[in-house]
Amino acid sequence: MHSKIEVRGLNKSYESDQGRLVVVEDISFTVRDGETVAIVGPSGCGKTTLMNMIAGFVKPDAGAIVIDGKPRLKPDPKGILITQHGSVFPWLTVRENLMFGLNGHAPRNKAEIADHYAAIVGLKGFESSYPHELSGGMLKRAELARALVVKPEVLYMDEPFSALDALMSLRVRNELLRILAEERHTVMLITHDVEEAIHVADRILVLSPRPARIQAAFDVPFPHPRRLTSASAQELRVAILRELGVDHYGG
Amino acid sequence: MNRIKTSLPALGVIAALLLAWWGAIVATQSLIFPTPWGVVTGAIELLANGTLWRHIAASLLRVGTGFALAVCIAVPLGLWMGWVRGAYLTLNPIFQMLRPISPIAWIPIAILWFGVGDASPIYLIFISSVFPMIVQTTVGVHTIDKRYLRAAENFGVSRATLFKQVVIPAVLPQVLVGMRIGLGVAWLVVVAAEMIALRSGLGYMIMDSRNAGNRYDLVIAGMIIIGVIGLSLDSSMRRLERIRWVRWRYAQ
Repeated sequence: MHSKIEVRGLNKSYESDQGRLVVVEDISFTVRDGETVAIVGPSGCGKTTLMNMIAGFVKPDAGAIVIDGKPRLKPDPKGILITQHGSVFPWLTVRENLMFGLNGHAPRNKAEIADHYAAIVGLKGFESSYPHELSGGMLKRAELARALVVKPEVLYMDEPFSALDALMSLRVRNELLRILAEERHTVMLITHDVEEAIHVADRILVLSPRPARIQAAFDVPFPHPRRLTSASAQELRVAILRELGVDHYGG
Repeated sequence: MNRIKTSLPALGVIAALLLAWWGAIVATQSLIFPTPWGVVTGAIELLANGTLWRHIAASLLRVGTGFALAVCIAVPLGLWMGWVRGAYLTLNPIFQMLRPISPIAWIPIAILWFGVGDASPIYLIFISSVFPMIVQTTVGVHTIDKRYLRAAENFGVSRATLFKQVVIPAVLPQVLVGMRIGLGVAWLVVVAAEMIALRSGLGYMIMDSRNAGNRYDLVIAGMIIIGVIGLSLDSSMRRLERIRWVRWRYAQ
């Protein structure tokens, strides 16, 4: 499998009142085609900045992001970013939101494609609803569907489930895994939830506190569907938490 | 039933004010200031001879024309200023300086430029309502949540789609707020403008009633009618908040 995303020597710092603030320091890694890589790190460590650089919204001070062998300079529909607070347009219906990114189709086909993806994420019957009529979990599904509609090669997910309650987060995660098993996207997931990372990722990178550097990397060799309560999963979890500075998990 | 209950205190205050007014007239035996009943009979007189409708129509027509012109200019201009930084930096200081000038101060210039016909009050209404609408529209563009613009950028949509499906719907609720403010100011100004040398309109009616024999019953009737029309203009603007395109803004 060739490498889909190559991150080479990324650096980013901001000017602040206290002087120069280094947010991301010399991060390099690769993501293979079809792989799901989770990045975990303490809050405020620069994860979001890292993701925004990889997705093309923020320019790095130094280093490069290479996607399919070409340097990434700006965002494009081949890689869709999904964030914690979401960006489903509140003034459009679910169907209109899903049709938003579809270019070059006849209007009738657009609606058909949109409805097809709404059904995939379990939003059948809600195509004409407005976002404010949906629950948080449904909104997240709508956002996922809107990304999937344009057939992106990469999904960039920045804390996508953090705004959901634990049960809903688990449900949407299962939904995501089911879709990934069928459509084989490359996924980069940023999270502070170690369990979530173990649940979905093939590989987990642990970031250090600011400035963010890659501190450790773990493979997650368990086949899907995963049992997070298994001894080996728990072992991995303890090991990752130790990297994050939490030695005594669960007292 | 509940509505009646909640509006009871307000109705009580109105009744008390009317009673105090009546009492004061009886006590002072004023010959000029009318009783509430005098105002009612005055209003009936205006209704009966048809002059009231003529004045209301004249005022509404002026407000409608001036306000519509202002909307046509302010919304595109506000969108442009909100989107293009250069336009904002160039035009905003001028508008911020013109905005606090009372429309009343424009009256001499309006008369100089447009004479004493209908054009003067229309111009005054335009000038008074155009600035708040420009400002609200510009603010509306500036406060579009960045994540929506990012999403649009991410999906790589055309400029036309970006405006049609993101910028304009996102700004529409703010435009509506601007229109509410603009229409309120326009109604204030038309009455003031009509007090100067016109032969129709509610402002003219008030001044004319005083000049032609101290008919204070008609003056007060006119004032109350202005208040009622202003209130209904505002509530019809508020009704617009329920239309499909902006309901999302108020739904949370």
